[in-house]
Amino acid sequence: MHVEQISVFIENKFGRLAEVTRILGDAGVNIRTLSLADTSDFGILRLIVDHTDHAKSALKERGFTVSKTEVVAVEIPDRPGGLADVLQALDEEGINVEYMYAFVERNAENAVMIFRFDETQKAIAALVARQFAVLPGERLYGM
Amino acid sequence: MFFNEEFETLPREAIEALQLKRLKTMVRRVLKNVPFYRESLGKAGIGADSVKTLQDLAKLPFTYKQDLRDSYPYRMFAAPMEEIVRIHASSGTTGKPTVVGYTKKDIDNWSELMARSFVAAGAHKGDIIHNSYGYGLFTGGLGAHYGAERLGASVIPMSGGNTKKQIMIMQDFGSTVLTCTPSYSLFMAEAAREEGIDFRDLKLRVGIFGAEPWSEEMRADIEQKLNISAVDIYGLSEIMGPGVAIECCEAKQGLHIWEDHFIPEIIDPETGELLGAGREGELVITTITKEGIPLIRYRTRDITSISYEPCICGRTHARIARMSGRSDDMLIIRGVNVFPSQIESILMGVEGVEPHYLLVVDRHETLDTLEVQVEVGEQMFSDEVKHLQALSLRIEKQIKEMLGVTCRVRLVEPKSITRSEGKAKRVIDKRNQA
Repeated sequence: MHVEQISVFIENKFGRLAEVTRILGDAGVNIRTLSLADTSDFGILRLIVDHTDHAKSALKERGFTVSKTEVVAVEIPDRPGGLADVLQALDEEGINVEYMYAFVERNAENAVMIFRFDETQKAIAALVARQFAVLPGERLYGM
Repeated sequence: MFFNEEFETLPREAIEALQLKRLKTMVRRVLKNVPFYRESLGKAGIGADSVKTLQDLAKLPFTYKQDLRDSYPYRMFAAPMEEIVRIHASSGTTGKPTVVGYTKKDIDNWSELMARSFVAAGAHKGDIIHNSYGYGLFTGGLGAHYGAERLGASVIPMSGGNTKKQIMIMQDFGSTVLTCTPSYSLFMAEAAREEGIDFRDLKLRVGIFGAEPWSEEMRADIEQKLNISAVDIYGLSEIMGPGVAIECCEAKQGLHIWEDHFIPEIIDPETGELLGAGREGELVITTITKEGIPLIRYRTRDITSISYEPCICGRTHARIARMSGRSDDMLIIRGVNVFPSQIESILMGVEGVEPHYLLVVDRHETLDTLEVQVEVGEQMFSDEVKHLQALSLRIEKQIKEMLGVTCRVRLVEPKSITRSEGKAKRVIDKRNQA
């Protein structure tokens, strides 16, 4: 049920983000969503794309350090308190959120959030048990 | 295994007797043929018969690199040009190069010492020696070449550069021994991996690496990535070239310096005071068989210590420790002495860190700053900022604890630190750039 995400190390200097997206574009990879965590020196670009392995090898070939991470996509009811309900449920199970970001597209009436948990499988089980909709990767890659 | 068992295993008394005899001859030779030494030895009150014991060596004045520069190009030569068969020069990063000349006998001795070094490293007749030291004015290429031929091995005179071709030849020709700088060996292995070639599948068995300081941790890395036995070789053109000292493959603990041709001393670089065995200081070498350009108590600027303990390999020649740096490579950061090799050693001890780093020293206002750039490879990468920051902090803390200097670690993208095909550039000191 998890989603594959690639993470890329980029130095905080002019043109690096453009370079990464250009390489992916030239490789015919479509970016579904992304988030950037940055410090004064470097950033970690996290991407969900339509062809994960292809994107990873295209970036590696050009000398980037890339890793593949398992994240979880959860549908969030688009109403006040929707996200709070999800986070509270995870809190009760003692699961930590390492980071999270929003998916660009909506799934029908719901928003979609991407989570990185300390314990991915446990988190998926907890969410499913509480009737939250966890979206499989295949759904996102082609969305 | 020895190349010249008799001389490599001479008892200490015999080594010292030979050294004294050769030293006396050498002093007479330079007094007769080299105006520079006539003057400097004369000032120190040294005459043709002043050296009576080996201890008398300490009374002789030092020779500095500047003396060679001042004698540019030939005035330090102790043999007439008709007898000089080869001329080398060391890179002149500041001003004119230093020029050295060799007689036929010098080349002969050098070849023998280099052949001894190959055998000590674990090479033998029948090996295919892939020599990636530069051929030319630099002594590395031709020095190793002549030694390999003397040994009776097949030598491939690759010289440096053109990495793709190096890899192709190494693979197709079945090279078994590699000679180059340690950083270049890793560079080649990395380039090969990108071509889909794993160095561990090649026939390489032995690597003889020198011309730049490297650490024990880097040896472990090279041995693992290339699946070879790697030894350190030492030499400098002023004294001869590669093959002045070599680690034996049996112990890999210190480099045997060929004492039947060189007398090593360790001194305090500040005061010139003679330090005994086991104490770290500057290596000073007196050549006792050189004809072309014999040097008395030459200040190598290399920092090491010396040991006369017996070695398991059976060689009786003293061992100098792996160079911890050059006294002129030494960085003084806020009054603390730091050698790049010490930082390398710490970096390599951190899980997943690759041996590609750059030290940038600068001065803000009146304070020195040290930035350590480290490439983020796949092994140390994490998709979480906090893990990478923790790693930087850990390195900073270890450097602070072990060297007493505050630094800032900057994580950089792979390959963003320039790779060198010769000596790796590890330091940028912006303080000197006004």
